[in-house]
Amino acid sequence: MNSPHPNKQTFTKESLKKQFRLSEFLAEKVISSVAFLSIAVIFLIFIFVFKESLPLFGFNDKAKANTEIQTTTGAAIETYGSETSTADSEPETYGAPAESLEPETYGSPTEDLNPVVEETAAAEPETYGTVTEDLNPDSASEDVVAIDEKVTGNKEGADKTWSTFFSTEWVPVSDNPRFGLIALFIGTLKVTIIAMLIAGPLAILAAVYTSCFASNRRKEIIKPIIEMLAAFPSVVIGFFAMMVLATFFQDIFGYDSRLNAFIGGVAMALAAIPIIYTISEDALSSVPKTYTEASLALGASKAQTAFSVILPAATPGIFAALLLGVGRVFGETMIALMATGNAALLSANPFESVRTFAATIGSEMAETVFGETHYSVLFFIGSLLFIFSFILNAVAEFYVKGRLIKKFQGK
Amino acid sequence: MRDIKIQVNDLSLYYGEKKALKEISMQIPANKVTALIGPSGCGKSTFLRCINRMNDLIPSVKITGELLVEGIDIYDKNVDVVNIRKKIGMVFQKSNPFPKSIYENIAYGPRINGIKDKTQLDEIVETSLRQAAIWDELKDRLGDSALGLSGGQQQRLCIARTLAVSPDIILMDEPASALDPISTSKIEELVHELKEQYTIIIVTHNMQQAARTSDHTAFFYMGELIEMGKTNTIFTKPEKKQTEDYITGRFG
Amino acid sequence: MEKAISITENPFAKTNGRGKDVKETAVVGLTQTAVVLIIAILVIILGIIIYQGRTKFSWEFISSFPTDGMTQGGIFPALIGTFILVIVMSIAAVPFGTITAIYLTEYAHENSKFAAAVRFSIRTLAVVPSIIFGLFGLGFFIQFVGTGMDSAFNDGQLRWGQPNILWASLTMALLTLPVIIVSVEEALKTIPRELREASLALGATKWQTIKHVVFPGSISGIMTGTILAVSRGAGEVAPILFTGAAYYLATLPGSLSDQFMNLGYHVYIMSTQSSDVEKTMPIQFATTLVLLILTLSLNLVAVIIRSRIRRKAK
Repeated sequence: MNSPHPNKQTFTKESLKKQFRLSEFLAEKVISSVAFLSIAVIFLIFIFVFKESLPLFGFNDKAKANTEIQTTTGAAIETYGSETSTADSEPETYGAPAESLEPETYGSPTEDLNPVVEETAAAEPETYGTVTEDLNPDSASEDVVAIDEKVTGNKEGADKTWSTFFSTEWVPVSDNPRFGLIALFIGTLKVTIIAMLIAGPLAILAAVYTSCFASNRRKEIIKPIIEMLAAFPSVVIGFFAMMVLATFFQDIFGYDSRLNAFIGGVAMALAAIPIIYTISEDALSSVPKTYTEASLALGASKAQTAFSVILPAATPGIFAALLLGVGRVFGETMIALMATGNAALLSANPFESVRTFAATIGSEMAETVFGETHYSVLFFIGSLLFIFSFILNAVAEFYVKGRLIKKFQGK
Repeated sequence: MRDIKIQVNDLSLYYGEKKALKEISMQIPANKVTALIGPSGCGKSTFLRCINRMNDLIPSVKITGELLVEGIDIYDKNVDVVNIRKKIGMVFQKSNPFPKSIYENIAYGPRINGIKDKTQLDEIVETSLRQAAIWDELKDRLGDSALGLSGGQQQRLCIARTLAVSPDIILMDEPASALDPISTSKIEELVHELKEQYTIIIVTHNMQQAARTSDHTAFFYMGELIEMGKTNTIFTKPEKKQTEDYITGRFG
Repeated sequence: MEKAISITENPFAKTNGRGKDVKETAVVGLTQTAVVLIIAILVIILGIIIYQGRTKFSWEFISSFPTDGMTQGGIFPALIGTFILVIVMSIAAVPFGTITAIYLTEYAHENSKFAAAVRFSIRTLAVVPSIIFGLFGLGFFIQFVGTGMDSAFNDGQLRWGQPNILWASLTMALLTLPVIIVSVEEALKTIPRELREASLALGATKWQTIKHVVFPGSISGIMTGTILAVSRGAGEVAPILFTGAAYYLATLPGSLSDQFMNLGYHVYIMSTQSSDVEKTMPIQFATTLVLLILTLSLNLVAVIIRSRIRRKAK
């Protein structure tokens, strides 16, 4: 054969022999390992969040002993959050003596204080989410007594903590700490329901308009604008709710506590809308064109087609959208911290202050001491939130996706 | 035996459960143009992609049988698929230049083979473009993006890119199907010139093209090789009824 | 508003008389109202924050330190802290996100259980509440890794086992990982299969193909992903609440083991725990405005790049 290139080889066993390419091998291994990392992170998150709550289950006695020493001295050695110079001017200083830590209790140190808290909240409509200010006048006197009894208070075992989980009082810092998750759960639920009642219909209707009625040009404008709402940091939404919405709605409804479940719900609806909207819109748009055409050909109007053909066909996707919306609201921290008033009150009134799981973690973690029961309880709440969002996502993923595929393929 | 480049014995290919190629056996002569014809979906392109093991990229594909190139079974587990593809080049139906300059497109193959010397690369680029009969058109704009070329130029650039790796066999998967008549005839001329040095296998749905360019023709139908022989014979007196029906335009 | 919707293109709607026409218009109008309402809310938020923030918003505000117990002065350290945070975060998240995306598009087999698990994990990561990342940062990075580092290299002296900018950034990196992965994956999917085949047919190995053909095609996706991640990371507060954000610092962070100030955290702190919330209102609005400008403009840039990629793919 007359080859133009001198280095041309013909086919021989030698030249075609399988080669081991190190870079190839390494690249694949490294890339797969990095991909494995995302699985690992999920496990690690669960393990490490749950691990810190283990003392509640009777493990880790050493940590408990530790706690005792640290809390009796009153100085918070290991605090999370900030230790700064100007902080001294604040009641929430970190690293300050125990006395000044006390006013931070977000419940009430004694059983009979609950009504008092309501009163205070009512009396001070102009507070901006700082429950410290709500509670100060009433809790200060009790605190002195509380400190004296602190040593005994901290000897409570894990069992005692468990039994308080199902109570309705959230009084983490007191001589007799009670961790009533029920109150927090009701608070979280209240905010979630309010937020979903607003965000659900609004986002789904908007998605129906975008995918069924809007012209292509409008669609291309509307979609990015609504999705831009997702780019608003939740701290901004929380700030807006606290500064503007709270006053605005107070003028309308005339309720007493400025920051309450309703305000929190409205603000969280703003955070949930882009999620629900985007996923619903996707679900609606992926309904096969043939469905629409068949319906229109039968003489149905556009609106009839949208609501009796397209919407039902996209139900699983919209359900997934709502689930993920719930997940977002349930775990939202900054908005809850800033707009719900942060008082763990039990009431059906939407205009009362509430306290959510996430906000509790966010506001109290910085004040707890490593290994303390309170610390463990907060991590336990974190584990619950993680499990809850994991399950929501899993349901949205498997159940809904399976349904969707079955529906369209007729299997 | 010297004249036979590729020997195929009972080659079958499955997409999952579906058998897409059924016990193909054939001999492809060296330094000739062999055309694979047949209606669309008959397996001719799939068969072509077996020859440089492009089907390996599809995970559900399973292949049985033998495909010997110069007596070596390329599906043997000791054979390196990357080295196979260096020896067996491929030109695709849709021209697919990289979004790089014309020069970089040609130099890509030599570079990944470890040629770094600039003068050597320049030489290979020029030789390859000359062989693909496109040097005169492009020599002044080697730095331009390949995506700015016309469809016919892009396809000849892709042929030049294949030549730059100095393969032994060139597989062409309907190389002119998306081109205008003038570009098509240029490609056909090119094929004719290249067979001096390379063994060429060309898939085409255009029977005139097969008749014009090839020395041998194989007719595929429903995943089977119906008939293979000298192009003249196939087009004038085919042995099988199906071949005759297809060639005379009764189906496909 | 209702007038804008014409249903006359449906011939049947007309023949069915006026009653139906009205109902149809009402239904469409309702959905349209929802859209208008959402957009109106968005505009109102933007408008109020711009209006209230404009008085204080100035170059001086951005470039000076807070003074008088944070009742005066600017937000310079918070801005710098946020920048450092997102830069360290990107350095950690972008390579990992890109490589994971490359795994998913290039290496994962269609029916691979492993790839399905990776995808599921990424989506889970995207819906885990941000406060959980904060807890994880505290439990893992600070208590486990940091304390471990201290006892191993630092004679047990407290340096890494406490909140700092490194742990906050890494926590934020985990949170933004899905954002990057999704963007890069989307860009990788727009690279035609033909280009990969062309490279492989020339005898390139898989890794060579990824390095020379796939990766260059994903640069725009990596950019979009990074910008979106930065936009997200700049705005999130919950993950850094107890992993490194500080209330007030008189100096800029000098090393990765220092705490830092942060825009979002600053807004939160100023509006809920300031000694005089009323008085510092203009500062709060201006800080919010700066934060909003930062996140929204980054987002806008990402949207523009992304729509370019999509148009190119068509």
